[in-house]
Amino acid sequence: MRLMPPIVSAKAIHKHFGPLHVLKGVDLDVAERELVFVIGPSGSGKSTLLRCLNRLEAPSSGSIVVDGIDMLSSKTDINHARQRIGMVFQSFNLYPHMTALGNVTLALRKVVGKSRAEAEVLGRAALERVGLADRAGHRPAELSGGQQQRVAIARAIALEPRVMLFDEPTSALDPELVGSVLAVMRGLRESGMTMIVVSHEMGFARAAADRVVFMDDGLIVEQGPPAQIFESPTHGRTRAFIGQIQRH
Amino acid sequence: MTSWDRFTDAFFNARVMEKYLPDILAGMVLTIELAAAVIASGLLAGLVLALLRALGIRPLNWLIVFVVDLFRSLPPLVVIVLIYFGLPSAGFSPSAFVSTWMSLALVLMAFAEEIFWAGIVSTPKGQWEAARSTGLGFGQTLLHVILPQALRLTIAPLTNRTIAITKGTALGTVVALHEILGMASSAMSNSYNPSPLMMGAAAYLVLFLPVVVAARWVETRFSWKR
Repeated sequence: MRLMPPIVSAKAIHKHFGPLHVLKGVDLDVAERELVFVIGPSGSGKSTLLRCLNRLEAPSSGSIVVDGIDMLSSKTDINHARQRIGMVFQSFNLYPHMTALGNVTLALRKVVGKSRAEAEVLGRAALERVGLADRAGHRPAELSGGQQQRVAIARAIALEPRVMLFDEPTSALDPELVGSVLAVMRGLRESGMTMIVVSHEMGFARAAADRVVFMDDGLIVEQGPPAQIFESPTHGRTRAFIGQIQRH
Repeated sequence: MTSWDRFTDAFFNARVMEKYLPDILAGMVLTIELAAAVIASGLLAGLVLALLRALGIRPLNWLIVFVVDLFRSLPPLVVIVLIYFGLPSAGFSPSAFVSTWMSLALVLMAFAEEIFWAGIVSTPKGQWEAARSTGLGFGQTLLHVILPQALRLTIAPLTNRTIAITKGTALGTVVALHEILGMASSAMSNSYNPSPLMMGAAAYLVLFLPVVVAARWVETRFSWKR
């Protein structure tokens, strides 16, 4: 059905942390412009899978190709490859000693090699996209959690990545701040960004996801369109998990 | 002679003070030179060791930890004596100045390494991950993201330790270094009067009080809301 080769292709990913076998052979292909939601109980390996995709964690075995680059080859310039893969973290991880603009422009200057002036133009444009152009000069401590997370998104998209990884982007936010972050993610989605999202924002998943992947115990148990996974899951474990989170 | 007169005659004798003022001033100059050399080289060496340790090369880290623990355990006085009286038998005869400088710099290096290292490891792991995920290399992340945060965390313990070790320049007297205390005690012996000691104490205050106050200013200046 897909004419294009997948932009992210992970095959037979295993990950051990000492005696713990966290990923037990995961295959995941993601097409360009696709939004894939990864759900599952805590400890199911979904964050680890995400972190393997940009090699923040090195898989114990398997293969990962992103935008044609073999992420696990020792010949790959990993810093160069990571520019194409934006990542947003649960705890924002903004640099506290820099302004919002400083956060967004650091990699533009030091990795891409832009001059400060060029980087600031691009950085302001990225902040504009997340609705924070007026906060460019603020330190992270002066911003709300939702604003911090949007700066973190701007920091990633300023590098014009081919894929964006979101690791529970709204889990650390107060409920009233979640909407602003989801709105930015929806905007990214509409611009055609390929996104892999680990999150339990089911409303967002239903509205925006092309595919929902359910993981449990280091394996992908079931995947499909959101309606199918949420309304008529075929596996007992999926059903139990969906039932649990929908009760809340 | 009242007891007050006897006291001032002994400790604040104007004639003695006037006579030995040039000696004390010369001692101050030497102390400043020594302190500057100790601070610059000790802090720099400590920072370099902490950065090397961040590379995470096992055998190298064992060596660093061994050296650091050694110089944190040895009293600075012992290190001075070992270098001044011990090294000549190994064919290297450092002067009193060089011996004192090397000793204090090594001790400051050891403590500074531990403090810098503590700052580096207490910077949250997420900072490394965020920076690396944008394509910054290990060195770039350390330099632009981790160190600025680590240094702010370290300023208070670092200034305290630096002041404490720099005051150890007074230990140079045991190898006949003509720093403030050395000058003051020889002046005391020559004049049979302890007034030079009071001048010495005043000289240390003049030197170190501004440093202590400046350190306090730096601490407030560089603290920031997280």
